[in-house]
Amino acid sequence: MTMQAEPTSFEFDTESEGLVLAAIACYPAGKQASAVMPMLDIAQRQVARHTGSAWVPRVAMDVIAKRLGMAPIRVYEVATFYLMYNTKPVGKYHLQVCTTTPCWLRGSDEVVSACKKHAGISEFGETSEDGLFTMTEVECLGGCVNAPILQINDDYFEDMDGARTQAMLENLKAGGALPPAGSTAGRSGSAPAAGLTALLPISEPVE
Amino acid sequence: MLNDKDRIYQNLYGLQDWKLAAAKSRGDWDGITELLARGRDAIIEEVKTSGMRGRGGAGFPTGMKWSFMPKQSDGRPSYLVVNADESEPGTCKDRDIIRNEPHKLIEGCLIAGFAMGANTGYIYIRGEYYNEAVRLNAAIAEAYEAGLLGKNAAGSGFDFDLYVHRGAGAYICGEESALLESLEGKKGMPRMKPPFPAAMGVYGCPTTVNNVETIAGVPTILRRGAPWFAALGRPKNSGTKIFCISGHVNNPCNVEEELGIPLKDLIEKHAGGVRGGWDNLQAVIPGGASMPILNKEMCDTILMDFDSLKDVRSGLGSGAVIVMDKSADVIKAIWRLSKFFKHESCGQCTPCREGTGWMMRMMARIVDGQAQLSDIDLLETVTRQVEGHTICAFGDAAAWPIQGLLRAFRPLVEQRVIEAQQRNALAQAAE
Repeated sequence: MTMQAEPTSFEFDTESEGLVLAAIACYPAGKQASAVMPMLDIAQRQVARHTGSAWVPRVAMDVIAKRLGMAPIRVYEVATFYLMYNTKPVGKYHLQVCTTTPCWLRGSDEVVSACKKHAGISEFGETSEDGLFTMTEVECLGGCVNAPILQINDDYFEDMDGARTQAMLENLKAGGALPPAGSTAGRSGSAPAAGLTALLPISEPVE
Repeated sequence: MLNDKDRIYQNLYGLQDWKLAAAKSRGDWDGITELLARGRDAIIEEVKTSGMRGRGGAGFPTGMKWSFMPKQSDGRPSYLVVNADESEPGTCKDRDIIRNEPHKLIEGCLIAGFAMGANTGYIYIRGEYYNEAVRLNAAIAEAYEAGLLGKNAAGSGFDFDLYVHRGAGAYICGEESALLESLEGKKGMPRMKPPFPAAMGVYGCPTTVNNVETIAGVPTILRRGAPWFAALGRPKNSGTKIFCISGHVNNPCNVEEELGIPLKDLIEKHAGGVRGGWDNLQAVIPGGASMPILNKEMCDTILMDFDSLKDVRSGLGSGAVIVMDKSADVIKAIWRLSKFFKHESCGQCTPCREGTGWMMRMMARIVDGQAQLSDIDLLETVTRQVEGHTICAFGDAAAWPIQGLLRAFRPLVEQRVIEAQQRNALAQAAE
């Protein structure tokens, strides 16, 4: 993938600006530093809209620092402490594979292998040649009863296996869109796959 | 087994609509004005009497926690902060409440804020729960629109504003003081206590941090009465709990059950049993990654509540039950948790920053067959040097899974080391 160069300037666009104002308004006067996390996220989403790659360039951090009256280093600290702010460009589809114990027990190794093979990536942290995919190993995503989970951009794809991972990536490579988020095995949320054991539909009036 | 009518979360699986109208038809917001009119003290008393203990992991009595908040303001505002940073491996219950029962959480926030005199609440939700945060914001917007939040919320004469703050991928922010640092726009590094949040929390103001499931349960407790809740479960372990059953079961699922339910019943009735049957069970982590692992003998009889699990030197934690059948490499499973803790250590305290790496590498040596028998005791010693020597409980959380493994599976670990040594010796002799 050709790396996007660090831009020389950054400005919040009209769409982002509305979100920035709303974010700052959530915190008490004088405590606007609280908005640093939402603003980093807004910046990252704006860069994704404009370039197809969700990341926060340093110039954007500087703009945020100035806006919030923070020393730039305080913003850099936050941007590098939290995993979800990408300080380097990522692929259009950010494959975030959970490999923590509950996902591992349910076959996350298969999901990792399928991602490597079909996205054309050899190691975690790499981006495919065509710039379509970046694969990141993530820690527990908090969807453990629907393990294994592959998060692509904002969406959780649950109850995954190797074959379904392959099908999903091949579809994206062919220009297809992301399918709806959720279980890929047809389950409703966290309900047991073989049928409800609780919260059964009421067939006759109770009491 | 818990009767359906005693389940707080009637829409746990999202089979019904989450929106305000549907939530109201399930009883949410019913008579909220009269409920608040009971007054602060009466509400706190009712929560105390119900025996509700925090559902996030530590199990601290909720009513008592609320009573630590100042009755009279010294000029500083008070804050309610809800911990929705659900990141303990195995845990995915708050996610269901947020996406399928958001109004239970929002109503609980208003009641809790009212009871502790906090006019502002923040829900700190983990960043990865993007879609859940979008839904929660939509539900909050509905509540504002209906006059249930904001000025004179629900006609109570009390003003209450509620905001969602999204995290960005840091397990440590589930620790309450790290969460408050993060909310203030800093790195999520835990604070020394005291001062406790009730004296000095977010922005240096009195703050109470509660888990999502704790807060969302409160409206139902107040409606049905403390005696109803207290009658469920076992003494000092009352009420219902959402359990997350993951790993080697036939039907992994979330389910709300009575505290004190036998682990075996929980797994067999709701999760379709252990793969290959109960006798194929090898181990269970009963309360999320930090809680010590149980072997089969312990699982045969254990009850799922705070005190029963404490008695076997484990814990209920967040109610996340991670099941491993006989095909699982339990040593590797615990190594993976060590890797998790190594990755998530915030790096503030030396014993944790360095110790989590040491523990992970020593576990890796056992998994890879490169360990000596003496390494097992050395590993145990390292866990003791981390445990209790850090600002927050993260160090303990990283040490306990290994200590639990060595308690419940020591013969297996020794056998693994000896077999690897024999293999290595043979390979050397063959060269």
